[in-house]
Amino acid sequence: MVTAQSQPQSKETEQYNVIGTRPIRHDGVDKVTGAAQYGADLNLPGMLAGRVLRSPHAHARIVSIDTSKAEALDGVKAVITNADFPRAADAEIDTGEGTANLRWVLDNVIASDKVLYKGHAVAAVAATDHHIAEDALELIQVEYEVLTPVLDVRDAMVDGSPLLHDSLHTKELDGSSSDNASNTASHLQFTKGDTEEGFAEADVVIEREFETSMAHQGYIEPHNGTAYWRADGTLDVWTSTQGAFVVRDSVAPLLQLSPSQVKVTPMEIGGGFGGKIPVYLEPLAALLSQRTGRPVKLTMNREEVLLATGPTSGTYMRVRMGAKSDGTITAADVHLAFEAGAYPGSPVGAGAMCSLAPYDIPNQKIDGYDVVVNKPKTAAYRAPGAPQAEFATESVLNELAEQIGQDPLEMRLKNASVEGNTTAAGMPFGVIGNVECMTAAQESPHWQSELEGPNRGRGVAQGFWFNIGFESSAYAQVNGDGTIPLVLGSTDIGGTRASIAMQLAETLGISSDDVHPHVVDTNSVGYTQVTGGSRTTFAGGWAAYECAMDIRKQMEQRAAQIWECDAGDVAYGDDAIIRGPADEDGNDRQFSFKELAGQLATSGGHIVGRADVNKTSSGPAFATHIVDVEVDPDTGKVDILRYTAVQDAGTAIHPAYVEGQMQGGVAQGVGMALNEEYFYDDSGDLKNASLLDYRMPTALDLPMIEPIIVEVPNPGHPYGVRGVGEVPIIPPAPAVRAAIASAIGVHMTELPMSPRAILDATVLDED
Amino acid sequence: MQAVKYARAESVEEAVRLLQEGGEGARPLAGGTDVIVQARERTRDIDLFVDIKHIPEVVDIRHGADGSLTIGAATPCYQIYGDDAIAERFPILVDSCSLIGGTAIQGRASLGGNLCNSSPAADGIPSLIVLEGQVEIAGPNGRRTVPVEDFCTAPGRNVLGSGEFAVSLSFPAPAEGSGSRFLRFIPRNEMDIAVTNAATQLRLNGDGSVAWARVAIGAVAPTPLLVSDAADALVGRPLNEDSIAAAAAASRAAANPIDDMRGSIRQRVHLAGVLTERTIRQAAERAA
Repeated sequence: MVTAQSQPQSKETEQYNVIGTRPIRHDGVDKVTGAAQYGADLNLPGMLAGRVLRSPHAHARIVSIDTSKAEALDGVKAVITNADFPRAADAEIDTGEGTANLRWVLDNVIASDKVLYKGHAVAAVAATDHHIAEDALELIQVEYEVLTPVLDVRDAMVDGSPLLHDSLHTKELDGSSSDNASNTASHLQFTKGDTEEGFAEADVVIEREFETSMAHQGYIEPHNGTAYWRADGTLDVWTSTQGAFVVRDSVAPLLQLSPSQVKVTPMEIGGGFGGKIPVYLEPLAALLSQRTGRPVKLTMNREEVLLATGPTSGTYMRVRMGAKSDGTITAADVHLAFEAGAYPGSPVGAGAMCSLAPYDIPNQKIDGYDVVVNKPKTAAYRAPGAPQAEFATESVLNELAEQIGQDPLEMRLKNASVEGNTTAAGMPFGVIGNVECMTAAQESPHWQSELEGPNRGRGVAQGFWFNIGFESSAYAQVNGDGTIPLVLGSTDIGGTRASIAMQLAETLGISSDDVHPHVVDTNSVGYTQVTGGSRTTFAGGWAAYECAMDIRKQMEQRAAQIWECDAGDVAYGDDAIIRGPADEDGNDRQFSFKELAGQLATSGGHIVGRADVNKTSSGPAFATHIVDVEVDPDTGKVDILRYTAVQDAGTAIHPAYVEGQMQGGVAQGVGMALNEEYFYDDSGDLKNASLLDYRMPTALDLPMIEPIIVEVPNPGHPYGVRGVGEVPIIPPAPAVRAAIASAIGVHMTELPMSPRAILDATVLDED
Repeated sequence: MQAVKYARAESVEEAVRLLQEGGEGARPLAGGTDVIVQARERTRDIDLFVDIKHIPEVVDIRHGADGSLTIGAATPCYQIYGDDAIAERFPILVDSCSLIGGTAIQGRASLGGNLCNSSPAADGIPSLIVLEGQVEIAGPNGRRTVPVEDFCTAPGRNVLGSGEFAVSLSFPAPAEGSGSRFLRFIPRNEMDIAVTNAATQLRLNGDGSVAWARVAIGAVAPTPLLVSDAADALVGRPLNEDSIAAAAAASRAAANPIDDMRGSIRQRVHLAGVLTERTIRQAAERAA
């Protein structure tokens, strides 16, 4: 058996046997040996290969599609277009991290009357191999009437801008809709106090505008979807997804099937970060399979992933913030305009709610606009909306601190949200670790160190993310040898098989090596929401806890039956010893967990524990990051010299995976800060649809990221879990911006702060 | 990817014959790190690969008694940077060969392939230019030699005619007191195409003045450029702030780049100057 290096548990987790230790993950061996089956690894007898024809235009009306030549090609078994799908109902469906209109979901999967971004699917082919399918795409004749693309969020909002959807009207706060059709899908607003009064009290007021580019999640495994439509009308789907149930509940209505007719098996997933929640290929594979009677596999190449799946929003943002000379922030006015891509549904709402949450500011006004543009429909990306919104607010706060002459961490502490505060969006804070993160950062070796040398600078920033709960299930049977197969519905992206199994083991008082977690299909476990929202260790762990408590209760009952005593007199101890009343001779009676497990089969049968939870509470997450950079003034290149990430994990179930989440979030945040951008030309053509030119940081671009885990247990969870996946992507961009300003005296106003952008703001600045 | 035929040539003559017979759709295959990707992505119509890397003179390294060097066009990068004599006397080839692709790619990729792919941003070509490289070309009419700076004619295009391919690259011995350096600018520290690159070879006199120099820049024009004005700004003058600044200005003046996702015109022109300056300084350090 493989074992992890032993490291001491934290002060907060010393009370536990399993929680706070670092066992080797259950799925580790399969992954490092290549045995794990990812979506593209699936091969079924008689399987056909599918390919998708995609729009060469960012905005065009489809005049006609002629598939006859493709259909006639030897080896081609089926060609489908939007017209082959049943008419979608005008209804909202759950899409994992929100809802969407089914018609728009279908139109995004395969275009109907218009194509709305370059790469938009227009037709799909199934053939005996993918080379033939590719040849067939060239034989499909599509006539387009090319329209003017709308590529900038501000241009899109202007009256008279070309419209993506004639039927789209702006939804206002009061539920009303605009009279005229618009690219602005909705406007939301949160207010608190009176900003005019607040700004009047301020000694310093700073207003800044920011632009950020669309950015990709950067998962390495491309999207895939395989389907087999059986003769009895049931449909099997295999796909790499963050939420098998969301896939089922998207595919079934698109094909007018009952959820009971659709079984979705989640394959191992090579990263998602929010981007593998929507369906793209699965409905196409399903319909192609129906047409051919054979299984059909569709996979995307990297170009398709970048052109046609959901990145996070590009934005235009404006922040005005005022403070007294002692550092008290008196007012903030935040304007956020987010690109939704081709269909409504940017994460502007979440961005708006997060934007000022770390601070108790008496007067706030936050406006958010969800705007459609001729770019791919955005999807969730790690703390959706928050990295952009908090980049704007944290950046202005850093500049205020600089102007006032106050230490930026001191200024944050002075204004920090604490238990009992309520955000402008009406969210009350319970026990949170906001201040604890700030003070841990102050005490860190990094903050205490001196930074010397020319063109070097240090920056800090704070981050906030809600985290969510919702539905999770856990089923576990007790085997005769005391081991437990644990059945889960949550796709394991970040080590959640381990973190959930550890909570089951902790509750039962057994080793996590005796728990064998399995991620199963939608027919084999209770409804489980997506792996997203930093919810899986929180809600999945809660389900595991309740499942274990169910087992404990049944074990007590079984022991009572064996001992012929009252179950109320039997107690399952945290040491996994089941103790009963003394026998007739006065001897103690007890079973170890394994002893009783061994007697289950002969004493009345096996035991299955189960729990289905639906938690509407959550444990908010805060983070404080510190970064040192060096800027090459001749080239504009920024090197990250040192990085420290402080984060409140609540309780760190598996500290190594918590650290991994923190480091991964920083890597992605630094990517957004320095080089990652969707680079469109004026026609709406994405010019960098490859991982060569979409520049994510490599291992050579980052130093070792130093994690500091703070543990302020969440009182709303049996083990104090908060969820850790998302918040670490938020502080990097504003922290790096502050470090650049400290190094070369220039405050950047766009993301990414690429060498080109820095040169334009410095030596090539023509103003 | 379309179906592609493969033929392995055992001699230069056989390769020429196969290429000639194959016509427009025939393409020499060395490491394949560019052409296989192009075939797969259907960006180039290829129906026959003629594998030239089993021809001895196309994959070897020959050091002349006079200090000159000949490298087979398909010799993989790792063999070039692993050759001690090259590292000592032609360190600029190590600069280039260790930047082209990653370690795995360097096991296949070759300088001849880099040259024949004829990308304006090729990380090999500026170094070959400042080393006064000559390309030996074999074809239906026998062999001919072309200076590297005259080889590329446009992005992805070069002087190779029907049935022709590059056999080897030859370099004269660098004179005593020479130093050379290649640098590229990329936004990350790995895995990028050059926004701009530059190479300098120079020889210093005993008094610190520049006896001889060649400067080349890349990714700033349809082909990599030999910048004679930059060399002229150095030769016969002391190597100092003024002469280096004049050479950098000459590179900026020679640069005629495009605006694209990898860099803007202003950025590339600026970087042509920065990299010219840096390669001159570092070549001089190696010369000393």
